[in-house]
Amino acid sequence: TEVCGAKRVGYFGPAQFYIALKLIAAAQSGFPVRIESIKNELPLPRFMALKNDTEVRYGTPAEFHGVKFQVPHANLEKNSYKRTDEGDKQEPKSPPMSPICSPPASPSTYQRIPLSYGYGKARSGLEQQHGAPYEVRHSTHQQDGPSSGNYGAKSALTCSTPNRSLSVEREQQDSSTQYSDDPWRITEEQRDYYINQFRSLQPDLNAFISGSVAKNFFTKSKLPILELSHIWELSDVDCDGALTLAEFCAAFHLVVARKNGYQLPETLPETLLPEYLQAACLKPMRDCALFDSYSEPMPSSQQTRDLGRAEKSSAEEVPDNSPLLQDGKKDDKQALKVSTTLKSIPKEFQHLTVKAAAQEPNALRARPRSRSYSSTSIEDAMKKGEEPPTPPPRPQKSHSRASSLDLNKIFQQNTQAVRSGWLPPPPPALPPRPSVSQTEQPSEVELHPQMNKPPSQAEENSSAKKEVVLAQPPSKPARRKLRTEAQGLETPELSPTINVTSSLPAVKPHLPVQKQSSKQKRAIQTAIRKNKEANAVLARLNSELQQQLKEVHKERIALETQLEQLRPVTVL
Amino acid sequence: LTQCGLFCPQNYPLYIRSVPTENELKFHYTVHTSLDVVDEKISAMGKALVDQRELYLGLLYPTEDYKVYGYVTNSKVKFVMVVDSSNTALRDNEIRSMFRKLHNSYTDIMCNPFYNPGDRIHSRAFDTMVNSMMMQVC
Repeated sequence: TEVCGAKRVGYFGPAQFYIALKLIAAAQSGFPVRIESIKNELPLPRFMALKNDTEVRYGTPAEFHGVKFQVPHANLEKNSYKRTDEGDKQEPKSPPMSPICSPPASPSTYQRIPLSYGYGKARSGLEQQHGAPYEVRHSTHQQDGPSSGNYGAKSALTCSTPNRSLSVEREQQDSSTQYSDDPWRITEEQRDYYINQFRSLQPDLNAFISGSVAKNFFTKSKLPILELSHIWELSDVDCDGALTLAEFCAAFHLVVARKNGYQLPETLPETLLPEYLQAACLKPMRDCALFDSYSEPMPSSQQTRDLGRAEKSSAEEVPDNSPLLQDGKKDDKQALKVSTTLKSIPKEFQHLTVKAAAQEPNALRARPRSRSYSSTSIEDAMKKGEEPPTPPPRPQKSHSRASSLDLNKIFQQNTQAVRSGWLPPPPPALPPRPSVSQTEQPSEVELHPQMNKPPSQAEENSSAKKEVVLAQPPSKPARRKLRTEAQGLETPELSPTINVTSSLPAVKPHLPVQKQSSKQKRAIQTAIRKNKEANAVLARLNSELQQQLKEVHKERIALETQLEQLRPVTVL
Repeated sequence: LTQCGLFCPQNYPLYIRSVPTENELKFHYTVHTSLDVVDEKISAMGKALVDQRELYLGLLYPTEDYKVYGYVTNSKVKFVMVVDSSNTALRDNEIRSMFRKLHNSYTDIMCNPFYNPGDRIHSRAFDTMVNSMMMQVC
C-alpha cells in the first residue's frame, strides 16, 4: 500500500508532465525510481484522480503542435481540479513545468513515465506532443492509474539508479529505434538495467540464476505468488528450473509490466523470447567483451548481426545456431542448405542464418523435453547471452599456401576458446563449398569421426585449395554436435569429389583446379605437392584438435556432474 | 477423455479437470475411489520401480460407463484418467502418451520455484495443455 501510495504520488506527478513533456517512458520503465526522491522533487499534488481520465482528456486535444502549451494549461486546470478533491497543495502547472523544462531536475518524474507511455514514445523532437496521443492509446492498455507508480515499487525492489534519468533524452533516441506500441519490447535501458540486476544476483552473465535465488528476488516485487509463478512459466522457456540472462530479462520485464498494470500474457510475447532476447542481450554484452565465453548464439537476429559484422563464416554461425541441440535433422537441413550453395562464405552464412532461424524454434521446442540431457542447461547458459565467438579467421580467400600459418592462428583461437569457454567457437569458416553429400553427418555428438575425416580426405584431395579449406574446419573443433563441423569436415571430403568441376575456386585464388584446364599435368603435380603439405598440416591439426576435444570432454563431464549435483538442490 | 486428476502422495487432489462440466461430482467420486485401486497396485509392486513403463498402471477397472486409467510417478504423485467407454478408439498407447504429457507438464510445474509441492496447481500452461489433450480425445 505504501508502495502504491508512493507510486501514486510519483505517478500522478508525471502524469501531467507527460502530457506536457512526453518523455519516452520505455527507458523510464526500466528505471528504478526512488520513492523518496519522487516525493521530494515533485511539487505535484497528490491527485488520486484516475489518471486515465486525465490521460484521455489530455490525449484528445493533444496533437503535435502546441499541445505542450495547451496541455499544461489543461493540466493546470485539471490539477487544481483534482487537487481540490484531494485537498492538496495547489501547485499549478508551473512547478511541474519547471521540472519539465529541466529534466534533470526531476529525473524521477521522467522515470515514472508509465510503461505504456514509455514504449514506442520515441519521437524525436517534441516529446511533449507525443505524450498525449500515446496516453490515449495506452490508457486503454493501462488498467489502473498507478501503473507508472509501479516503477516506484520496482525501485524499491532494487537500488535505483537515478542517473538513468539523465540519459532519458538519449533513451528517447534509443527507444525510437525500438519504437512500437508493443509493451513487451524491452528497451536498451531496461535491458541494461536487467543485466545489472542479473549481475547482482549472479556475477557470471553466462550462467544461470537458480530457481530459489530468482524466487527470492522476484518475490521482492510483491506480486502475488500466483502471478510470479505464471511469469516464471512464461519466461523459463526451457523449463530447467533456472533462468539464463535472456530468460531473466524476460521475467523481469514481465514483472515490470505487471506492476504497471499490464495483464500477463498467456504465452510469451515474441519480443521476449529467449532467442530474441539473446540477440539483444548479447549486444550490450558484447561490449562487455566477453570474448572468453563462446556461445552459440541462437537467435537469428544475432546471426544477422554477425553477418553484418564480419565475415563470419557460415560455419561459425551454424554451430552457433544449433547448439547442442539434438537434431540430426537440423543438421541435415543445414547441410542440404549449405550444400546447395557453392558460394562464398558470406552467402552461405546467409543461408545458414536463415536456416538457423528456422531451426532454432524447433530446437528450442525440442529442447525442453531433453531434460535427461544433462548438459542442456549448461549449453543453454553457454549459448545465451554469450559474446559471439571471435570472428573466424579471415575468409578463406586469404588462405593460401600460408594456410598453415593461418591455421595455427585459428588453432590458437580455438585453444583459447576452448579454455575459456565451454564451447569453443564454431569452425572458423565454413568451407565455401558446401558439399552435397553432407547429409551424412557423422553425428552431432562426436568429433572423432569428424576428426578422422581430415586424414582421410587427404588421400582424396587433389586440390591444394581444398586442403586448406579442410584444414580450416578441423581447426575449429568445437565439441559441437553441430553439423557444422560435420559440414566443415565433410566438405573437404567431398570437395575432392567435386573438385574438378566445382566452382569453389572463387575463394582460392590459386586454385589448381582452375589451372587444370590449361596446364593440367603440371598443375596436377603442384596440386599433389600442395596436397601433401596440407595433409601434413591437417594431420597435425587433427591431433591437436583431438587433444582439445578430450579436454573439452573432460570439462563437459565435470560440468555435467556439477549440474547433477546441483539439480536436486534447485528443484523444489 | 472425460476427466483427469492429479493427486499428491497424501492422496488429496492437486488438480482435477473434467471436460464435460456436468456430472462433475460423480467423476470426482470416481476418481477418488480409483485412488484406492492405485494404492493397491502400488503396494503390490513391491520395490521401487524405476522403469517408466511401470509407472503406468493401466486400466484400473472398467465400469459400465467408463474406464479408469492410472499412472504414478516416482514421487508417488498419482495421475488418474477417466475416459468414456464408448470411446473405443482410444488405444493403450494413446493413454500412455497422454500420461507422459501429463508427467512432463507436471515436471515443468515443479521446475517453477514459486510452486510449492502440495499446492493446488494453478498453472495456466498446465491448464491449457490438459484442456487441449482432453479436447483431442473427445
